[in-house]
Amino acid sequence: MSIVGTRVVRTEDPRLLTAGGSYVEDLRVPELAGAAWATFVRSPIAHARITGVDASAAARAPGVIAVLTAADMDDLGPPPPPPPGGGGEAPVPLGGPWAEPLLAADRVRFVGEPVAVVLTEGRYQGEDAAELVSVDYEPLPAVVGVEAALAGQTLLFPGTGSNVPITAGGQADDAIFDGCDVVVERTIVNQRVAPVPMEARAAAARWADGRLTAWLSTQAAQLGRFVMAGVLGLDPAAVRVITPDVGGGFGAKVGVDRDALVIAWAARRLGRPVRWAETRSENLVAMTHGRGQRQVIKIGGRKDGRILAYRLHVVQDAGAYPRMSGFLPFLTCMMASGPYDIAHVQTAYQVVVTNTTPTGAYRGAGRPEATAAIERAVDLFAAEIGLDPAEVRRTNLVPPDRFPYQTAGGARYDTGDYAAALDQVLSAAGYADLRAEQARRRERGDVVQLGIGLSSYVEITAADAAGGETARLVVHPDGTATVYTGSSAHGQGHHTAWAMLVQDELGIEMAKVTVVHGDTDLIPRGTGTYASRSLQIGGAAVHVAAADVREQARRVAADLLEASEADLELDAERGLWHVRGDPEAAMTWAQVASHASAEGLAASVNYTGGQPTFPFGTHLSVVEVDTQTGKVRVLRHVTVDDAGTIISPVLAEGQRHGGIAQGIAQALLEEVVYDGQGNPVTGTLADYAVITSAELPSFELLAKQTPTTANPLGAKGIGEAGTIGAVPAVQNAVIDALSHRGVRHIDMPLTPARVWAAINGTGVIL
Amino acid sequence: MKVAISVNGSQVGADVEDRTLLVHFIRDVAGLTATNTGCDTSSCGACTVLLDGRSVKSCTVLAAQADGHEVTTVEGLAPGPDQMHPVQRAFRAEHALQCGFCTPGMVMAAVSLLAENPSPTEEEIRSALEGNLCRCTGYHNIVRAVLAAASERGGS
Repeated sequence: MSIVGTRVVRTEDPRLLTAGGSYVEDLRVPELAGAAWATFVRSPIAHARITGVDASAAARAPGVIAVLTAADMDDLGPPPPPPPGGGGEAPVPLGGPWAEPLLAADRVRFVGEPVAVVLTEGRYQGEDAAELVSVDYEPLPAVVGVEAALAGQTLLFPGTGSNVPITAGGQADDAIFDGCDVVVERTIVNQRVAPVPMEARAAAARWADGRLTAWLSTQAAQLGRFVMAGVLGLDPAAVRVITPDVGGGFGAKVGVDRDALVIAWAARRLGRPVRWAETRSENLVAMTHGRGQRQVIKIGGRKDGRILAYRLHVVQDAGAYPRMSGFLPFLTCMMASGPYDIAHVQTAYQVVVTNTTPTGAYRGAGRPEATAAIERAVDLFAAEIGLDPAEVRRTNLVPPDRFPYQTAGGARYDTGDYAAALDQVLSAAGYADLRAEQARRRERGDVVQLGIGLSSYVEITAADAAGGETARLVVHPDGTATVYTGSSAHGQGHHTAWAMLVQDELGIEMAKVTVVHGDTDLIPRGTGTYASRSLQIGGAAVHVAAADVREQARRVAADLLEASEADLELDAERGLWHVRGDPEAAMTWAQVASHASAEGLAASVNYTGGQPTFPFGTHLSVVEVDTQTGKVRVLRHVTVDDAGTIISPVLAEGQRHGGIAQGIAQALLEEVVYDGQGNPVTGTLADYAVITSAELPSFELLAKQTPTTANPLGAKGIGEAGTIGAVPAVQNAVIDALSHRGVRHIDMPLTPARVWAAINGTGVIL
Repeated sequence: MKVAISVNGSQVGADVEDRTLLVHFIRDVAGLTATNTGCDTSSCGACTVLLDGRSVKSCTVLAAQADGHEVTTVEGLAPGPDQMHPVQRAFRAEHALQCGFCTPGMVMAAVSLLAENPSPTEEEIRSALEGNLCRCTGYHNIVRAVLAAASERGGS
């Protein structure tokens, strides 16, 4: 029986459970002996001119080796030019007039922006000395929120003449709503949240013989090397990036941030190794945030539930520097119509800069925002025409006979059965019984009301499938195997999954398969882990490499057994080669590989044959709302997340669990808040409400697999389904609990204060 | 000041700054890096260790306060990967860890919970682990692992 689809425990775990991982801060390698400790001096003001920096007191403090500022960066070239075409659709910084410096020189644009770096012998000395660096700021008016950015009274980049680096999409045309019985329009907020990987950002750097070794907590070592080489003016071959264990990323660790680039530069400047690990309080203001969209949704249709037209206009808050946030609303608009067959769809977006932390990818990166918008719109429409939201969804879902389905937004949905996912969830949840219980509570006038929320979704994964992924598979003469993968695990379980793929294809037991990732000397080419691309692209690369090795082995085994290749069979259960009809005279992988060459057998693959895939599903959330306090409790969360063929159900479920929790967190608790001057109000974990075990139920996951034809594994991405599906299900549930009192919408997060205000008609407080 | 702490059964003595946090003593003096620091406000619990058998957040204890006491970290919980503690085994069996960063602290918090309450309900587990943040698992499998570990211990 194939190991694929079976419940295998992870190979990673014994080490992580008994010795702990080896994250960047844990490294005790000889190359980092005597490393200086780096502490950043960060701006405490959202928007200001820097008129002077006095580091003399800090320089005299105990243990201080150097205090470096932008003025010391005379060995670096100018910032990279903007990419061709303005970069509006590319996941890269805009550069040019919007370029982000490594250290702020004459102007700071957000609280947390690095201004100087203090290098000390010890960690505590760094915190002391950083306090002594005196920076003179001449405050400027802060631009906070998209309205202020659009108003343009203060510009972050005066030379550009605008706070709007990107505008895209067509003109709004209300003619698409002609013929609708009902039209609903609403402005909603998809609030800014913090990714909060448990390991914050960290880096270490060491130079030897003109060559840089950088240890980075990143999701993409090779991209990190590319950026580092570019900024430092090096040939990429002169940079080795090593990714040790990475304590979570969630999209916010794709590539390399300016802070880590400063570490590499400072190590060269100092002539000694430098290491850095930020504090959580730094992380919450200096690592990219996610989401941050103001959306205007307009939906129209017939009273029988048929939706005829939908419009989405997005304003994306990019924060102070438009890094990849131009890409987020692009994806949001591409996926605007979700799983529905809607005749007329219009989208447009603007990207604005504000004096806040830059935004970037966070688990879903543009797709949760699309789903939140359309799923709120569908519920608003259903409420307006007085139909059950499940019925309205079923009426409008793309039917199974329409695949592949081309959307107005430019996506081509590969495979799906959206209504089946909806019905599976409704049935497992006991939808009719839940509605009956809701009716009873309403009739009794219970203080605690019941809400049922739905979210049907489709998302795009491996949107950049064409970028490919690498795998090198070696079967050693002793019969063990090593996989070198360009994909980059940070909790997903690649080491287990890739070994399962090798065992499935070759019959070499998982225990004999070593998986190596995240070292650019060993794996110079690779793409990394983001966009739920790992298994379907990186895993497919392993699969293709294994098939290549198998065919090489067939030739060798034929030679060994003096038979024709066509008669050779691999018994993938036992990992033995034999001639058809003669299983007793079999050859082991060790015999075949050692006969092949002194190095064994090997295949290198850069797999670029995959296409983007479109996982789908439905989430149903059941909540209780205390109408006296506004407190929400999630009772149940039932989901179908169909990601095609599942290689490891254990890992896939783990991805769903984590995403659901982050989704519920955004719906109910989490929000990055700034005051009117751009001061962060949620700058520590005492203030930013990361969801805990006590606020969550156990989840009810249903199984459904609709394979894709876009890659040889039949797999779609599963990493981001949870945040995409869960957020609107929970939000819709809370609003549903109060719909009989006339509540139609509450912006997230649905804190007790907001829910209470909605119940009592006082408008939004907080 | 001079402190001497028993860490996983070994005496570790050093002359440290008065303000040295226990977590930094464990990591930098004792050289045991499984215990992680995930925040600076005592919120996340990644640094949870046992101090004289009870769980503490070691970022909120000074090394000086632990002078003369016994500290147990996840490295001291079992002889090695082949002989894991029931809680460690349950975490693996139930896929209760992904990136692994919160795991040492989470395991120690669970060990402490089960010492105090050998048969907790799901709700009691969720409440007891509220001070330990995990961003990967949604806590679902952590709760299952603690239930499984409790069940295994109860049955032995």
